[in-house]
Amino acid sequence: MTTQHTLSVLVENTPGVLARVSSLFMRRGFNIESLAVGPTEIPEISRMTIVVNVDELPLEQVTKQLNKLVNVLKIVELDSGTAVERELMLIKVKTDPATRGQVLETVQLFRAKVVDVAPDAVTIEATGDSGKLSAMLRVLEPFGIREIAQSGRVAIGRGARSITDRSLRAVPGTSQAG
Amino acid sequence: MTGQTTPASTEASTPGLTDTTGLTGAQSLVRSLEHAGVEVIFGIPGGAILPAYDPLFDSSIRHILVRHEQGAGHAAQGYAMTTGRVGVCMATSGPGATNLVTAIADAYMDSVPIVAITGQVSTNLIGTDGFQEADIRGITMPITKHSYLVTDPAQIPRVIAEAFHIAGTGRPGPVLVDIAKDALQAPTTFAWPHELALPGYRPTTHPHGKQVREAARLMIEAERPVLYVGGGVIKAEASAELLELAEAYGIPVVTTLMARGAFPDSHDLHLGMPGMHGSVAAVAALQKSDLLISLGARFDDRVTGTLDSFAPLAKVIHADIDPAEISKNRHADVPIVGDCREVIADLLTVLGALAEDGESGDYDVWRQQMAALKAKYPVAYEPPSEGLAPQTVIERLSAIAGPEAVYAAGVGQHQMWATHFIDFERPRQWLNSGGAGTMGYAVPAAMGAQVGSPDRVVWAIDGDGCFQMTNQELATCAIEGIPIKVAVINNSSLGMVRQWQTLFYEGRYSNTDLNTGPESIGARRIPDFVKLADAYGCVGLRCDSVEDLDATIEKAMAITDRPVVIDFVVERDAMVWPMVAAGTSNDDIKIARDLAPEWEADDL
Repeated sequence: MTTQHTLSVLVENTPGVLARVSSLFMRRGFNIESLAVGPTEIPEISRMTIVVNVDELPLEQVTKQLNKLVNVLKIVELDSGTAVERELMLIKVKTDPATRGQVLETVQLFRAKVVDVAPDAVTIEATGDSGKLSAMLRVLEPFGIREIAQSGRVAIGRGARSITDRSLRAVPGTSQAG
Repeated sequence: MTGQTTPASTEASTPGLTDTTGLTGAQSLVRSLEHAGVEVIFGIPGGAILPAYDPLFDSSIRHILVRHEQGAGHAAQGYAMTTGRVGVCMATSGPGATNLVTAIADAYMDSVPIVAITGQVSTNLIGTDGFQEADIRGITMPITKHSYLVTDPAQIPRVIAEAFHIAGTGRPGPVLVDIAKDALQAPTTFAWPHELALPGYRPTTHPHGKQVREAARLMIEAERPVLYVGGGVIKAEASAELLELAEAYGIPVVTTLMARGAFPDSHDLHLGMPGMHGSVAAVAALQKSDLLISLGARFDDRVTGTLDSFAPLAKVIHADIDPAEISKNRHADVPIVGDCREVIADLLTVLGALAEDGESGDYDVWRQQMAALKAKYPVAYEPPSEGLAPQTVIERLSAIAGPEAVYAAGVGQHQMWATHFIDFERPRQWLNSGGAGTMGYAVPAAMGAQVGSPDRVVWAIDGDGCFQMTNQELATCAIEGIPIKVAVINNSSLGMVRQWQTLFYEGRYSNTDLNTGPESIGARRIPDFVKLADAYGCVGLRCDSVEDLDATIEKAMAITDRPVVIDFVVERDAMVWPMVAAGTSNDDIKIARDLAPEWEADDL
């Protein structure tokens, strides 16, 4: 029985860092459920949110191996109880004059919004945790889903603490690690 | 490795390190390598790296022109393993770089500090499938500790300083620096960094006090402890501390293939090498132990056999500088992240304090049991009724050349016989390809070792299969004045594969005959190793009988002005014993075909 883990990985914003991380996952046989990368408030640092499906023990290996990458600065496991997790989904749903009202009602119920309308379809933008998004998909299914584009999960811990603090401290003199 | 000053850091504080006058990226590279303390580079020039070879011509750095890039890589490894310094190899783009891949993978598996510098096609050609273009950084990503692609010449000094620091500190390993040709040609300025900005690289060298105390506690409670010593002890220069620990508390020691020499073979507490071809005493000690004290070892499958039956009764103290090794294969009851020398030193302090309070372990019974097992089942062999036994060759070689010599082996039967029958008494006496199992390692590694240790006798112990993979470096050795000695243990076959075919494939010898022996097809040795040695400007000798053995070795020992190759024509059916068959438990160790040790009731 494997469980999902959400890892926030701070990396130096250097060329090839995404390749290093994904190549590591491939080589060690770890499965990435989703991966989202973007800049942070510090220009030199990017943040990856990686969702992996592993047992506790392999997870320890995942984080230790990631930590060995020179460009990886910090890894924090976020759990849904103490973190806010969001995914973004764009959904193109078939509509006709008879069903459009019901579709729009669903959009309202899930606090999503319509971002494009055509005579025979609407495109919906929805954000939420994966539970909410799959619930919404179930409701929209009967109308006919034509296309889905979904982002990876992003997550951030609740409260005032920041994980990016102090991540870029220089090595004080080369003798420190020598 | 840590605790040593890296070349990068020794130079970092010296003055006059900034040069704003014009120089090229290539000049900046060579100057950076000089600042990093490089004394020798093994390499081959080619199109993309060509600009670097021009300033190298005037440099204080010695460049050794090898005959194949794989040889450059293994030579850098041999240099690093004997000296403890970072080895350097250099190649051009595309095939030059891909020829380094095997050596880089080998260095990664065995934690050998090397820096590989490769030329890359010019920036505007990267990604266009240009002539001799290969994405060497991408190719080597899974087998390097870190890698760089440099397209801005101003970055060259920083990258070189970082590369040497990363390769040589923490758990050592290979670092690749790929430099675009236009970056080598472009004008730039030179500034050697005073400080390295590596916020994501902070190896833990100092062990956590609480973990050390916890480990000491387990050691006092244990009745059957074993020091399971890996290559990390050699890299941490921790042999003296290890000896002190073992002797102070009378704890038996096993040394893995990578750790041969970390603890003297001649010592009473040494039980031999564990694993697939380990001694009965070493294998049994792990299987029966109630506490493994693992120092710089990684529970490799060749040591553990099937994991779930490995050391079933033992708790585990696992000390390693790489946190990812701890609990990777076997759960550690007490994990200790740190440099082995510091770990052992701290353990000695804590155990010493406890002993003063009258608390110490009592391992007398255990030690006697293991000593009895060691005496009963020495690693031995049955000399054949006719022909020369490969084991005898290696035994005599060790006796004549002695422990001050360096021994480099290839991979296969001869490697296992070398680890069994050479007396290892000091660290850095033994070089081999342990993790990767790279055939062809011996000759170029010996070459690098001889360059790093010019005053020592260096023997490559090679097989006839391995030798044919990299023997072109004999040319390098002959021309560059690198007088290595090569003992080819010639059984005219891929011996280890043949052994498995004997044991597991009903003696069907599919594609393992190499025709290098006297009974080869048409009675022609192809090649004739003596003639081959001669063609390469080396002395070639042949020995096929016990009577000539010592005289031949002594003759080789007397030649110091050029390389020597001895073709030892040995008996073909000799097998490596003991053996734990692949995929079985260590408990099923055999000391000869179908022959298991007789365990006394109270042994187990």
